[in-house]
Amino acid sequence: MFLPNLAAYGTPIDPLQALDRVDPKVKKELADIALNAAKSKGASYTDVRIGRYLNQFVATREKRVQGVANTESYGIGIRVIANGCWGFAATNNVTRDGIAKAAEQAVAVAKANAKIQGEPVKLAPQKGYGEVSWKTPLEINAFEVPVKEKVDLLLNVNDIALQNGASFVNSVIFAVNEQKYFASTDGSYIDQDVHRIYPSFTVTRIDRASGKFQTRSSLSSPMGMGYEYMHPKAEEKVAGILPRYKARYDILEDVKFAALNAAEKVKAKTVEPGKYDLVLDPSHLWLTIHESVGHPTELDRVLGYEANYAGTSFLTLDKWQSKKFQFGSNKVNVVADKTQVGSLGAVGYDDEGVKCKKWDIIKDGVLVNYQAIRDQAHIIGLEESQGCCYAQGWDDVQFQRMPNVSLQPGKEKLSVDDMIKDVEKGIYINGNGSFSIDQQRYNFQFGGQTFHEIKNGKIVGMLNDVAYQANTQEFWNSCTAVCDASDYRLGGSFNDGKGQPSQSSAVSHGSATTRFNGINVINTARKI
Amino acid sequence: MAILSKEEAQAILKKVISFSKADACEVSLSGSDGGNIRYARNAVSTAGQISVMSLGVSSTFGKKTGTATINEFDDASLQKVVQRAEELAKLAPENPEYMPPLGPQTYSESTTFNQPTAAMTPDTRAEMVGKSLSVSKAANLEAAGFLENSTGFNAIMNSKGLFAYNKGTDVSFSVTVRNQEGTGSGYVDQSFNDLNKMDTLALSKIAASKATKSAAAKAIEPGKYTVILEPLAASDIIGNMFRGFDARSADEGRSFMSKKGGGTRLGEQLFSENVNIYSDPLNPELPSSTWDGDGLPIKRTQWVENGVVKNLAYSRYWAAQKGVQPLAMGRSIVIEGGNQSLEDLIKGTEKGILVTRFWYIRSVDPQTLLLTGLTRDGTFYIENGEIKFPLKNFRFNESPVIMLNNVEALGKPVRTGSGMIPPMKIRDFTFTSLSDAV
Repeated sequence: MFLPNLAAYGTPIDPLQALDRVDPKVKKELADIALNAAKSKGASYTDVRIGRYLNQFVATREKRVQGVANTESYGIGIRVIANGCWGFAATNNVTRDGIAKAAEQAVAVAKANAKIQGEPVKLAPQKGYGEVSWKTPLEINAFEVPVKEKVDLLLNVNDIALQNGASFVNSVIFAVNEQKYFASTDGSYIDQDVHRIYPSFTVTRIDRASGKFQTRSSLSSPMGMGYEYMHPKAEEKVAGILPRYKARYDILEDVKFAALNAAEKVKAKTVEPGKYDLVLDPSHLWLTIHESVGHPTELDRVLGYEANYAGTSFLTLDKWQSKKFQFGSNKVNVVADKTQVGSLGAVGYDDEGVKCKKWDIIKDGVLVNYQAIRDQAHIIGLEESQGCCYAQGWDDVQFQRMPNVSLQPGKEKLSVDDMIKDVEKGIYINGNGSFSIDQQRYNFQFGGQTFHEIKNGKIVGMLNDVAYQANTQEFWNSCTAVCDASDYRLGGSFNDGKGQPSQSSAVSHGSATTRFNGINVINTARKI
Repeated sequence: MAILSKEEAQAILKKVISFSKADACEVSLSGSDGGNIRYARNAVSTAGQISVMSLGVSSTFGKKTGTATINEFDDASLQKVVQRAEELAKLAPENPEYMPPLGPQTYSESTTFNQPTAAMTPDTRAEMVGKSLSVSKAANLEAAGFLENSTGFNAIMNSKGLFAYNKGTDVSFSVTVRNQEGTGSGYVDQSFNDLNKMDTLALSKIAASKATKSAAAKAIEPGKYTVILEPLAASDIIGNMFRGFDARSADEGRSFMSKKGGGTRLGEQLFSENVNIYSDPLNPELPSSTWDGDGLPIKRTQWVENGVVKNLAYSRYWAAQKGVQPLAMGRSIVIEGGNQSLEDLIKGTEKGILVTRFWYIRSVDPQTLLLTGLTRDGTFYIENGEIKFPLKNFRFNESPVIMLNNVEALGKPVRTGSGMIPPMKIRDFTFTSLSDAV
């Protein structure tokens, strides 16, 4: 775990400055300058995003503070259609002149590119919402919590790790606040206040004599919440061989188990490669869902817009059109949802002014829909966008990004214990580890944080050097059981990368513990 | 305004330092100006132009540091940013690893700036992309690509009199060309400081040729094979190894450079004898800045000589702990090779697999630096010195450390990504499964 490169997030500021606000009235005036300037230069459509992106990192290792950083990035991004082609320009010079110049540049970019353009851009119609606002439902704004409180908590985390045998420990609290203002020539002026939080740690155990080391990272999830996520609640815990967490996290409890796990991992037996039934906890499965369901159902990938970077998709339009492509077993139901409370993807409106919603992607195992934005909607016969447009900052152009994509819990009552009781030869995996998948999302390989061997319905000990490899469609068709809603939890990532220049977005994936039969497990131990 | 000359930057920085009342003050000023075009399905998809500039001040009292930044440059704003940094420093926790600023240093003049690249306009970019599209359209293929150029400057000054400035340009281009059936795909990726070296037409022709030749790929069993890695493929894997040259993590026992029983593998024969790696910011093909973030000069450094680890990178703090000189990790990595071209390496191979590039590489085990990932955009079977047929893509599980112990031959290095990398012939490279992806 590294202290993130601050320059990538914004410029450092005083923590108190983070509590300042720009009045929406001022933002409306600035936005109107851009809308008018672009129109006067020949734009047929314009949208403007005035963004103030705040980040706070508190990073520690062992007994010391590695860094406390507050960053701010403030500026304006202007996107236009001129001569049927997109153009975009951005500046942090948010003055009348700076905005007018950026608007002119955006139109110039569009006109230059129109000379080599094929089909003109076709936007799905979008009504203007007038002046509206939305805010992440939260109890405690993380930026209002004193830095000292966060530092003390993390040093306490580190202390518990060291007391329980850790050789090293890094811990971090990362808080995000996106203050986004969107305006377009459709007549929307949308002010949004979006909050996210991500506490995490990594414990390392070194065995000098053997030269071996092992790590165990936190089982927390990044959330679309305030600092209340850091206040544990008994009803938000899931008991089992390891404690896991729903909408409240107990970092002090998790780190104690982590230190013990890391010590166990150093001595755990190496896995015998072969076929196993896998029991995957939501703290692990979210990443498999993300890579093998979330990405291949992105319409821009399906159409080829990501061919030069993230790749395309095996879920081609003909498979969707057939209405019978069996993506997974009939236990597999996946929804896209930009409205889910506590999730990273939840906002009121996307970054092209479309109100957010929820829809089915996989229904009873069959592929039924994708994820689309305004200039793609017509391609799959939609009359309106699904609201999946996002830009990581004011200086990045918005494009199609993944909504929260989640596996629905089983309809019949099933606990994790009951699921494990039924497994003869299996591995129970918690936490996400190494991950890799091909550019069309067929072949993947995943690791994890902890691997417990299941023999004849019982957990018998810990394994090392485990990774599973599978084909996406075969894997999801081997899904034989999903635990019920009482086990449903969110996992997610702050840093889903896509696009050129590459942009990061935050997204959640919910699931309950799920069983997959007969999956190929390899042994990853090597000697150098 | 976003790109300042050395004199302009120095004048602003001097003024900022003159306002400081702290024990130590470090100031950085940077700006960039650039644009891009992204295209797919043979048409432009997004494009943009971005310009930013900002100034950061770090003030320190004792071992307490505060940082503040601003993007306005009048005297009152500069005074305000210094004051704010000083206020924050007084409230900050003490950093036991704080290192006082360096005194004045001498730097070699870098060659990172190129005027034609700095002068690029939206029309220049559109014209370059137009050439790429002409190739795919003429061959009834589909192109998706990205062209980006940027000009940037960085300058730092501190209260001990250190001043450093660098200005640079970069233009990068990549394109994926696929056939209409989606059964073949080719790729190229190139970046230069100098626009005149960038030929989007010629590069697109290479990608188009690979797209056509890689169609109708055959599957062969995964396993251990002799591979010929094109420079891009070699760079994809080897690039993951250099973080391991950090002395601190090696000393702490948590890197592949850590030694059983304690200590590091510095001085050990870790790779084949024909492996030599150095970094040099003045390499004419791959220039980079001659100083790092805190003003430490970056000089030519030998990292591996005849397979022996010759240096590890030391931060100023860790160097002080260990009683050695600090050493910055170089940015312009050169893996030395011979004079053989890629074609020569293929000719000299009885049976093997040619890999254009790898994709989605992730660490599996930091202990052995085991990586996993997949081949992409052109994988071919070689027999008796010739390319015989295209292959379906593989997943690999392999460590660059093991790979650089199995070197059969190294060709002539070319600029690839952030290195000068030769094509490599490697034996016993481990493929673990097949992928249907094209």
